[in-house]
Amino acid sequence: MFSWCTDPNAIDGLAWLSCYLTTGKHLSIYVSVGTVLLLLAITAPVALAFGFGGAMAARSHFPPLSWLGKAYIAIVRGVPDIAFFLFFVIALDQFFEWMRHQVKCPDWDQPIRQGNDFVVCPEAKLPLSTAAQWVHETYGFSLAVLTFSIVFGAFAANVLFGAMRAVPHAQLETAEAYGMTRRQTFWRILVPQMWVYALPGLSNLWMVLIKATPLLFLLGVEDIVYWARELGGSKTAKFTDYPHPDWRVWYFLALLVFYLAFTRVSEIVLDRIMRRLTHGQATMGGEAQRKAS
Amino acid sequence: MKSILLGTAALAMTASMALAQDVVRMGTEGAYPPYNFINDKGEVDGFERELGDELCKRAEVTCEWVTNDWDSIIPNLVSGNYDTIMAGMSITPDREAVIGFTQNYTQPDPSAYLALAGNEDIDLSAAVIAAQTGTIQAAFVAEMGATLVEYATPDETVAAVRNGEADAVLADKSYLVPVADESDDVVLLDKDELIGGGVGMGLRQSDTELKEKFDAAIQSMKDDGSLNALLAKWEIGAAF
Repeated sequence: MFSWCTDPNAIDGLAWLSCYLTTGKHLSIYVSVGTVLLLLAITAPVALAFGFGGAMAARSHFPPLSWLGKAYIAIVRGVPDIAFFLFFVIALDQFFEWMRHQVKCPDWDQPIRQGNDFVVCPEAKLPLSTAAQWVHETYGFSLAVLTFSIVFGAFAANVLFGAMRAVPHAQLETAEAYGMTRRQTFWRILVPQMWVYALPGLSNLWMVLIKATPLLFLLGVEDIVYWARELGGSKTAKFTDYPHPDWRVWYFLALLVFYLAFTRVSEIVLDRIMRRLTHGQATMGGEAQRKAS
Repeated sequence: MKSILLGTAALAMTASMALAQDVVRMGTEGAYPPYNFINDKGEVDGFERELGDELCKRAEVTCEWVTNDWDSIIPNLVSGNYDTIMAGMSITPDREAVIGFTQNYTQPDPSAYLALAGNEDIDLSAAVIAAQTGTIQAAFVAEMGATLVEYATPDETVAAVRNGEADAVLADKSYLVPVADESDDVVLLDKDELIGGGVGMGLRQSDTELKEKFDAAIQSMKDDGSLNALLAKWEIGAAF
């Protein structure tokens, strides 16, 4: 990286550190910080959408839809995350490939399940085995986003389901008395008022989601915890220009600072949103705001 | 619009050209020097990287390296996320029930114990011994009656000895030798265990064509001595 880095054994102190921290391997951990942030940025809204859909389905008046919503919430919430991430992603990937296989290779005569193996025709592979590495990585990342969204969507659905029921019933009755249809009541009265009840639960979920990102490595996406462990582990001079003893504690300390800073910023932002949402609501917080102004 | 069309045409052409040559995705762990590790540039390096690249050249396939967690390395192979495993994986009957192996490309490597200096005369049968989860060494320790503690990565097993969580670690000797050489606080015990049937390349059982290709490539490297040269270069076990 720098001109003085050609012989790391000859330098020490800050110069050594500046070289050490800019090796290709260290650049990977910086990239993975971006990966984690991107995952959170995409997963949060998608999971919220899943949750909203799940909650709407669960409180539907059409029984099969309601069962579907409730089953989604109950099953996904009940399965341990790690089992879900190990099993579900592989199953999901295989499902996509099976679908493509049915469409693209109708003439394929060999069985798809051969003993332990899952074999589809080469054209149905996702992504194609000839695709560039970044395509594979993007695909893996998308699967991760989808899985995280489904898991956290179930929790969000439960939170939103509760929040929808927490809106005072008198509000809904009044809306009906004004002649609003059920749909209008839902979108204009219920939804705007439920967020204030949902936010404490949702903010919990957000915090858990931030801390759940190390599960990414189970899905083959290299995240910051993986790199911290890999970079911090002791290195012998035979295999690297920068040998060092077990430095994991320093790397994990850096992670600790990262996560604490990140959750602190989240708390501040969530507090602001809460204040915004409370405004004009018939809750204790809303009443306090009204009196103060 | 025209440039977009041209672009897609060019993409389609490169795609069909790429299809002509097979791409084999090689799965590895990247945490087990000298077999495989991530070098300073952030690339997969080590004995298996060099061997794998040469095997691919001989088998006339293009290879792409991917790293995967050790715990899920077999499920992801079976499910088709990559096509081979080269991760210092010894050939054992238990694994052969699930995946196929090529012929071994290392001799059965003796496993060795590493303990804290000054702690050489521990009673191994009553000791707490660390090993990586899902390895032949872990199975061996469990069977010999000592207390087994398992860790996710090889590096953590050594760290466990250093911080006193375990009395000794059992792992491939070629992994432990550089560790013992470069630090004064740990030493190898002079007792080796011969376990496993050598390291081979793992493949899906249904992938017989690929297995034949790589078997032939490994055989040709054994025949012309280039495999022995690699084994000596990376100081892994005995020559063929």
